[in-house]
Amino acid sequence: MLFDYDKWQEIVSALKKNKLRTFLTVFGVFWGIFMLMMMIGAGNGLKNAVFDGFQNFATNSGFMWARRTTIPYKGYDRNRSWTFNTQDIIDIKKSIPEFQYIAPQIQGRALEGGGRVTYGIKTENFTISGNYPDFKFINPIKMTQGRFLNVRDLSERRKVAFIGSRVKELLFGEKNPIGEYIYIQGIYWQVAGVFEPENKNINFGGNTEESVYLPLSSMQHAYNMGNDIHFIALAAYPGEDVEKAINKAKRIISKNHHIAPEDDRAYGGFNLSKEFSKMSGLFTGISLLTWIVGIGTLMAGVISISNIMLIIVKERTKEIGIQRAIGAPPRIIIQQIILESVFLTTVAGYIGLTIGVGILALINSALEKAGGDSEFMKNPEVSFQVAIMSLIILMISGVIAGFLPARRAVSIKPIDALRDE
Amino acid sequence: MIELKNIHKSYVTGNTELHVLKGIDLEIKSGEFVSIMGSSGSGKSTLLNILGILDNYDHGEYILDGKLMANLNETKAAYYRNQMLGFVFQSFNLISFKNAMENVALPLYYQKVNRKKRNLMAMEYLDKVGLREWAHHLPSEMSGGQKQRVAIARSLITNPKIILADEPTGALDSVTSSEVMTIFEDINRQGMTVIIVTHEHDIAERTKKIVRLHDGNIKEIVSTRQHKLNYV
Repeated sequence: MLFDYDKWQEIVSALKKNKLRTFLTVFGVFWGIFMLMMMIGAGNGLKNAVFDGFQNFATNSGFMWARRTTIPYKGYDRNRSWTFNTQDIIDIKKSIPEFQYIAPQIQGRALEGGGRVTYGIKTENFTISGNYPDFKFINPIKMTQGRFLNVRDLSERRKVAFIGSRVKELLFGEKNPIGEYIYIQGIYWQVAGVFEPENKNINFGGNTEESVYLPLSSMQHAYNMGNDIHFIALAAYPGEDVEKAINKAKRIISKNHHIAPEDDRAYGGFNLSKEFSKMSGLFTGISLLTWIVGIGTLMAGVISISNIMLIIVKERTKEIGIQRAIGAPPRIIIQQIILESVFLTTVAGYIGLTIGVGILALINSALEKAGGDSEFMKNPEVSFQVAIMSLIILMISGVIAGFLPARRAVSIKPIDALRDE
Repeated sequence: MIELKNIHKSYVTGNTELHVLKGIDLEIKSGEFVSIMGSSGSGKSTLLNILGILDNYDHGEYILDGKLMANLNETKAAYYRNQMLGFVFQSFNLISFKNAMENVALPLYYQKVNRKKRNLMAMEYLDKVGLREWAHHLPSEMSGGQKQRVAIARSLITNPKIILADEPTGALDSVTSSEVMTIFEDINRQGMTVIIVTHEHDIAERTKKIVRLHDGNIKEIVSTRQHKLNYV
């Protein structure tokens, strides 16, 4: 029935009769779906760009550091300064299985000479820290040369250093740094690897490219830092509540250091998973808004289709009268008008969809050509499901848009319709 | 074939009620060739609309081919119109974007006859009205007489019980009118019941029976002279 020659003949003839009007009507729906696609695409682009910043990050993670105590406890006065130590890490590892990665860190800021690093006659200032191998999961890096820190570096307290790409560039230039010795605060460290960040948008404690990582135990030992640890990064397994796990860790640490259990302000910290979910919420909001505005625009287009169908029905009153006089049941007339309306919306929608997606593809390729590293736009795209869904919404709206005019068409008595000149 | 018993029909416009048909009793038998005459406002078009199930009536009974036509919904009415009646209008009422063959075939479309078969039948009926060569022309490319012959072919294609013609020659010159009347005479001779509404005497004279309406009543029913000359 759908591919009935007579039906399509009627549709085409009706639309041909007034091409400009048909075009303008169709344009409403076209524009609606086009804007919807552009907005969804732009929203997705922004989302992709921002979430790209989180790429490779263990988002289910948090960080903490020690601050001065605020509550007197067990004979200690308030305002006592303290630091984490290696024992804390051992205890956490032992008693909290929720953590996937534990990366304690000591920072070179505490050293007398700050971050001065020397190779040959060149001396530069960099961010120096002592780390665990797990740190590469917290702050993702890729090795461009050599290897990364491993467990044996730690257990044997090897004096090896891992340097950021910028460090290599400034100290070594084109020279291969692997195996060379750099001088930090009276001690020589052999360079074993060069890394660069997976992600340039987020940095931990200074620019990753300008960082020098040493094995944590070697650094403690070499610079007389005892068992001190300045900073702990913790990542929970996917699905675990990192907040809860971190609170557990704090209870253990508080006990170790005689800190009042209720003294939360003795810790500084940051929960990445919380920030991440805030961000996700923001984008859910954006996409919701996109759909509300988009559907609104579409509705306006669909109403214009309904309007034009009313006019078409009015113009064809006599023709419809003839058809009914010679025996067309109301069902066929209704079907005809609804089919016409669905046809209009679907064609308009399809064109809007195609052009919208096409333009997004153009923007995408232009972005990639321009370097692709925009913080605000990456891969603006509309998923196939969304496109299909909007087409289905369009077809349903077409039915709704056609329904009212169709009812009007059959509500006129054939005899009145025939009289219409 | 047709039985009208005490048919009343009024039109209400605003506060005024216009009583158009004031108790029509009429019987038309199968195979008759009848014209309905009357001055304008006599109710002849209203009567034809009721006969054609295009309009309903207020009182009385209308029995068509043994079935009472009352309280029909539009779907049912459309079905009866399609099955039992063939219409010919003064202004032809062809569909402008369909060619002659498609116009003739249209009633069969509503009977869900497939396209090939109904076009074949349409050609056959166009042949009967002498327009086989014009099958693929649009109405706008044809003369008034040709258009009316297409309309007649369309009314015949479903093999209805009755042909209802509303001023079929009203828009035609006298020569073409005569040709069209010849076609009506032919189909009547083949056994079709034909009812023509007209106000032209020479047209009415060519039917076998004239029903004269005056002021919503039947004034007289007469057999025509020609009928007597030819057949009595």
